[in-house]
Amino acid sequence: MTLATVIEKLPGRIGEPVEFRDETTVGIDRTQIVEACRYLKADCGFDMLVDLSGVDNYGTDPRFEVVYELCSLTNRSHLRLKISVSEDDLLVDSVTGVWRTADWHEREVFDMFGIRFRNHPNLKRILMWDGYPYHPLRKDFPLAGMETELPETAVDAGKVNSAAMHGGPFVTAPGAATSAKREPRQNDTAAERFEKKGSS
Amino acid sequence: MIRQRNGLKRKGRADVATIHEMELIDSAARAQAALEGELSGERMILNMGPQHPSTHGVFRLVLELDGEEITNCWPEVGYLHRGDEKIAENMTWTQFIPYTDRLDYLAPLANNVAYAYAVEKLCGIDVPLRCKYIRVICAELARISSHLLGIGAMSMDLGALTVFLYTFKEREKIYDLAECICGARFTTSYTRIGGLANDMPAEFLPMCRKFINELPATIDETDKLLTRNKIFVERNREVAVLSKEDAIDFGATGPILRGSGVEYDVRKAFPYGGYENFQFDIPTGTVGDCMDRYLVRMEEMRQSIRIIQQALDNLPGGEWNAPEAKIVLPEKKAVLTKMEELIHHFINVTQGINAPAGEVYFGAENPKGELGFYIVSKGGGTPHRLKIRAPSFVNLQLVPLLSKGHMIADMVAILGSLDFVMGECDR
Repeated sequence: MTLATVIEKLPGRIGEPVEFRDETTVGIDRTQIVEACRYLKADCGFDMLVDLSGVDNYGTDPRFEVVYELCSLTNRSHLRLKISVSEDDLLVDSVTGVWRTADWHEREVFDMFGIRFRNHPNLKRILMWDGYPYHPLRKDFPLAGMETELPETAVDAGKVNSAAMHGGPFVTAPGAATSAKREPRQNDTAAERFEKKGSS
Repeated sequence: MIRQRNGLKRKGRADVATIHEMELIDSAARAQAALEGELSGERMILNMGPQHPSTHGVFRLVLELDGEEITNCWPEVGYLHRGDEKIAENMTWTQFIPYTDRLDYLAPLANNVAYAYAVEKLCGIDVPLRCKYIRVICAELARISSHLLGIGAMSMDLGALTVFLYTFKEREKIYDLAECICGARFTTSYTRIGGLANDMPAEFLPMCRKFINELPATIDETDKLLTRNKIFVERNREVAVLSKEDAIDFGATGPILRGSGVEYDVRKAFPYGGYENFQFDIPTGTVGDCMDRYLVRMEEMRQSIRIIQQALDNLPGGEWNAPEAKIVLPEKKAVLTKMEELIHHFINVTQGINAPAGEVYFGAENPKGELGFYIVSKGGGTPHRLKIRAPSFVNLQLVPLLSKGHMIADMVAILGSLDFVMGECDR
């Protein structure tokens, strides 16, 4: 199948493909990106997602673009897909179900542009820290950065059990006959131990 | 053994047992409990990094352990994030070249070359053959340098310190070569858009020839120390096996993809920069384990020597910069003596190259994998968007897949075989 016939049958295609420097870019309807990717992977041999990135065209509508760079290892060809994302609705279907490599790429796009991906297994920030309030690669984010508060501790004490020595997993309980019995993990599960500690 | 000791207890000898025997009974009971699953089930969370020696940079792994076995793993990246892509949007095309040194800082020359080709692709210019050949030499020297470190550090993490010293001795010579060709040892910034910072100096040729004649001896020594070393082999064979399908699905490139048996190399698949003129083979693995990834790197160094040998033998003379005066920085001597060159220099430096509007993706075969630049230009002197497709970033996604079910100690082998650089991963 030549690239022209592949593009002809591509689901959700918008407009004509753009050729620039021997590269082909095809616009895709953003609701059909997963179908398009599935078709390209299953029927056209585009087995590898090389890159996935976001672009911010600040001042235009729709503001954002998500760009998928596909490569076919068997046919030795590249193809670029592009979807437009409006600022009012920053939700795009995730292609992690098609290529698992999309996982981190989509996290990065979310981190840098604030575009969210539906059905992503673990959509959280990747380069910036959790709880960072901005999306730095947006054009309205200044190069000098914005003042933000750093999280005080890496571990949120409200969520993670603090490692108390008494009753902790490395402290043996006195008074038992054998050292196996003194081993705290022998006697109760971590959850029980936590409850015991809470009630006393 | 356990049954025997339990038998000891049943015979009623426990009441008169020595301390040693009591301990035996204890451990027997504990082993029994472990067998019955009473001790298992509680998982321990362990932080590996961000300052662990085997993470080669600031990279944090959160491991979930059942005893010593890794049951789950969450890699945390971003500790070295400097916002290179944001910086790129705020400077001219040429100004960004020094930032590419700091991506994969173990092979800065290769990054320079990849970035220059990417911008040249956008501008639609072709560099002279001499420039291409010099760039090939630079990129292959960078590959050798990176693989020497990769193999040296991997074997050091696995306890073979000697190899690290051998490979670093050779890397030092590559730094000497870099110093000879561009004046800097580490942050080279050697390429320019449409050419090079300067022509290759005459003394570089004999120096480089001497180096590639001596290097095979070190590679052979390393080969003898590691390839059939029982400890090294047993820690790498069948460890972290990556199937072809998984490798492609996870977008792995470079020695990791080839280690899994996929014959894909950007230099062959989408030849650029004159690589179509060179004879070289693509080594591939058969199993896809840590050992295969190591073997692929070893063979790639030998192939790189082959390529450099051909480039040195057939090095064309003539111009090393493209003739497009509005894109290529003119020679300093001409800037100081000629009016037209002065104007071009002034405009290229202050406003930047007037690149056409459009978008391109250029992928180059770097030591760690495919380094890609996706550039969106709206015309003018600065990029609208410059996305760096860093091979280390993509390859590190494999860590959870590869590490599950292995011991903590295997993690070191896995990280060594993935050979990543955080400067490139976090950008």
